[in-house]
Amino acid sequence: MMKKFIAIILSLVIALTGIFLASKLLEPKYMSGILEGAMIQEYYDDPTDHNVVFIGDCELYENISPVYLWENYGINSYIRGSAQQLIWQSYYLAEETVKMEHPDVIVFNVLSMKYNEPQNEAYNRMTLDGMKWSSSKVNSIKASMTDEENFIDYVFPILRYHSRWSDLSAEDFKYMFHRDKVSFNGYYMRVDVKAAENVPEGRPLADYQFGDNSYYYLDKLTKLCKENDVKLVLVKAPTLYPYWYDEWDQQIKDYASANGLDYINFLELQDELGLDWSQDTYDGGLHLNLAGAEKLSDYVGNMLTTEYGIPDRRDESALNEYWDKVIERYNAEIERQTTNIKLYGTVHGPEEQ
Amino acid sequence: MLFTSYGFIGFLLAVFVLYYLIPKKMQWPFLLIASYIFYFIADPRYLIFIAITTVTTFYGAKVISDKKVAFDGWFKEHKKEYEKEERKALKAKEHSAEKKIFLACLLFNLGILAVTKYTNFTIANINSLLSAFGRADGISFVDLIIPMGISFYTFQSMGYLIDVYNGKHEAQDNLFKFALFVSFFPQLVQGPISRYHDLSQTLYEEHSFNWKTVSFGLERILWGFFKKLVIADRILVAVQAIIADTDTYNGFYAFAGAMFYALELYADFTGGIDITIGVAETMGIKVTENFIRPYFSKNIKEYWNRWHITMGTWFTDYIFYPISASQFMMKLSKKSRARLGNNLGKRVPVYLSSFIVWFTTGIWHGASWNFIVWGLGNFVVIMISQELEPFYRWFHSKVHVRGTFGWRLFQVIRTVLIMSSLRMFDCYRDVPLTFKMFGSIFSQSSLSQINAEAFIGMGLTGFDYLVVFVGMLILVTVSLIGRSGSVREKIYGLAAPVRFIIWYGLFMATLVFGAYGIGYSASQFIYNQF
Repeated sequence: MMKKFIAIILSLVIALTGIFLASKLLEPKYMSGILEGAMIQEYYDDPTDHNVVFIGDCELYENISPVYLWENYGINSYIRGSAQQLIWQSYYLAEETVKMEHPDVIVFNVLSMKYNEPQNEAYNRMTLDGMKWSSSKVNSIKASMTDEENFIDYVFPILRYHSRWSDLSAEDFKYMFHRDKVSFNGYYMRVDVKAAENVPEGRPLADYQFGDNSYYYLDKLTKLCKENDVKLVLVKAPTLYPYWYDEWDQQIKDYASANGLDYINFLELQDELGLDWSQDTYDGGLHLNLAGAEKLSDYVGNMLTTEYGIPDRRDESALNEYWDKVIERYNAEIERQTTNIKLYGTVHGPEEQ
Repeated sequence: MLFTSYGFIGFLLAVFVLYYLIPKKMQWPFLLIASYIFYFIADPRYLIFIAITTVTTFYGAKVISDKKVAFDGWFKEHKKEYEKEERKALKAKEHSAEKKIFLACLLFNLGILAVTKYTNFTIANINSLLSAFGRADGISFVDLIIPMGISFYTFQSMGYLIDVYNGKHEAQDNLFKFALFVSFFPQLVQGPISRYHDLSQTLYEEHSFNWKTVSFGLERILWGFFKKLVIADRILVAVQAIIADTDTYNGFYAFAGAMFYALELYADFTGGIDITIGVAETMGIKVTENFIRPYFSKNIKEYWNRWHITMGTWFTDYIFYPISASQFMMKLSKKSRARLGNNLGKRVPVYLSSFIVWFTTGIWHGASWNFIVWGLGNFVVIMISQELEPFYRWFHSKVHVRGTFGWRLFQVIRTVLIMSSLRMFDCYRDVPLTFKMFGSIFSQSSLSQINAEAFIGMGLTGFDYLVVFVGMLILVTVSLIGRSGSVREKIYGLAAPVRFIIWYGLFMATLVFGAYGIGYSASQFIYNQF
């Protein structure tokens, strides 16, 4: 009887280990090409307490440099950003953040208000897979799932990623149990330049009204911050595309004033920022490159210091120790991308192409 | 609820756990509730149809059975009081009364099947006829729901009714027990078409948890999932590509498509039946086997004794025999023997009965001409092979190859080729197009046509083809092992670590190489539509 019991337990252990290993091997690593999928989980590796947490889509994680904020203002910040992050995902990331730490300010980029329903499974994955399991993750999954998705696929990633068996590469084996850092406290760096030319005006919409679902989560985010004594700042990044309509802008202004929130539309502050669209974007105005991001970061750092009283913490040795490592990687990445541009005409090395 | 959906797996787990937790005497009522929930999830409206068939068949059969028992009892007691002729008349009278009830019940339920499945097909044909005669104003189509598995449960119920009417067994006394027989959820969707005297032996019994039975059932389910997800749903992509672009995929590719479809259909249908049988087995219930290595058949007749066995035997027992033994056929046999001679004359009623059976088999598969032509195609092939019997005898008297491996292999390949060719009607779903594509195999095939890009263009990678190929090898190997006895019994006899490696290997292969989830369009089991 005992022998049989041990055999059953042993079989289960072997079986589950096999599934675990297969799952680890098959899940995408995002270590090259699309790096955005690896960014959400990097947050958990940062042991420091942040004064400012930026939450939102690529309009934050490609446009603001926490390294710049630290070096120039001593602001300890993190961007919890991901590609096409939807507002309910932002809310649950914020909810998780305030459970884990107590930032003074949460900065939320409002572009995602335009999405009232779940959009795209691949983007959902890039936001949700990296989150640690918690009630926030569970609720975020439930809120995000498209019709074709199943909750169980998130619980057992192998059910979703099993089809990658034919796409496995050396990278999948190398990064089975660890990941390299791809971001700099959530910032995705690009140093190349592609000028913004002839950016089209937005086409007229049939309906400019943000959806009820978007407002529902914006309300929740507002309430969450108020209840936890966190200052919520709404921002619209200065990038030219996707187009930000005046009608949308007005709705956010109205919401902010009704709820006692600050709202900064950086599109209106382009001259103050000193943005040069022939030099400060790497993809024709969709996102800022490093030069542009540092210009925006300078303004944001100044604003956070003067208007929100975010302290300069450069005198804290533990933080310095942490940031020194990030800065070292940051500078190395600038060097790497710059060299690649010289050699190959692109930031990507031949191994990434 | 697809067998391969998470919902079904969850439903199955819940049913399985509760089945062994509840008091044993509650097991069959619980299965009835579970079956109706299963059907309700598919579409609540379906319940009305299955309930009507259940109730009418139950009471129809019960009245017939009770009358039979009452009459037999009375007749036993009183038969001495009557002359031979009077006894005959009494029996005939009784039989006539039973027949009326039987026919009313049979026609009513087959009528439901006919109306739901064939109304629009009939309208389409009437409209075609009208337009041929220059009438543009056709009859409008009607929006009817086709209850899931209606062909299966109707045939199963009618089989029961016919058996009761023929006195094979008495009617079930308990409406709810009969309702479970009709609606037993694992076989509701795609069969097999069980016989009451087979299924009832284990369906209502109390079952204790038995590790061997449960593990055998789980093994069978896993095998079914492997066939369906790893082989059928993967090769389906190529099949769909070939069907969708007949300009590109003709000639050799039409042949490849026929082969792919044969594989897909086999893996899909047998996979589904494996899941059905396995699910029932985990609960100690024995469902009839529906396939016995059909692609190892040496001729078409044998093939039909091994493929979808329960359907074949249903048509044989309930259509072929009654028709061929009917008074009309007796008269026809007499007349044709008088006119055409004994040898040819005796074959006329047999062939006519066969024709009716195959026509019905075709239309049972679907309300469209491609299925009818497919059915009649089978009839023609079987008829030709029977007519060629003297030639075969002559051939084997001259050429002594019978019994050799080479000859058996030739026969098997021939069967596969003929059946795959006939299945093209099912595959293309268009009679003229099927003939065109079949013709293109002979007129347009060439070696220069064959290239790897075309196969990759079908939407599968080289790796996918490799998976299908390895899956097929496993399928063939298991079939070969199965010829000398139960594969599962053989596995059961192996050392525990070896058993574990086999099961776990199959599980992981299904998990990793299965074509399921996002990125794959979940495909219905082919036989779900019947």
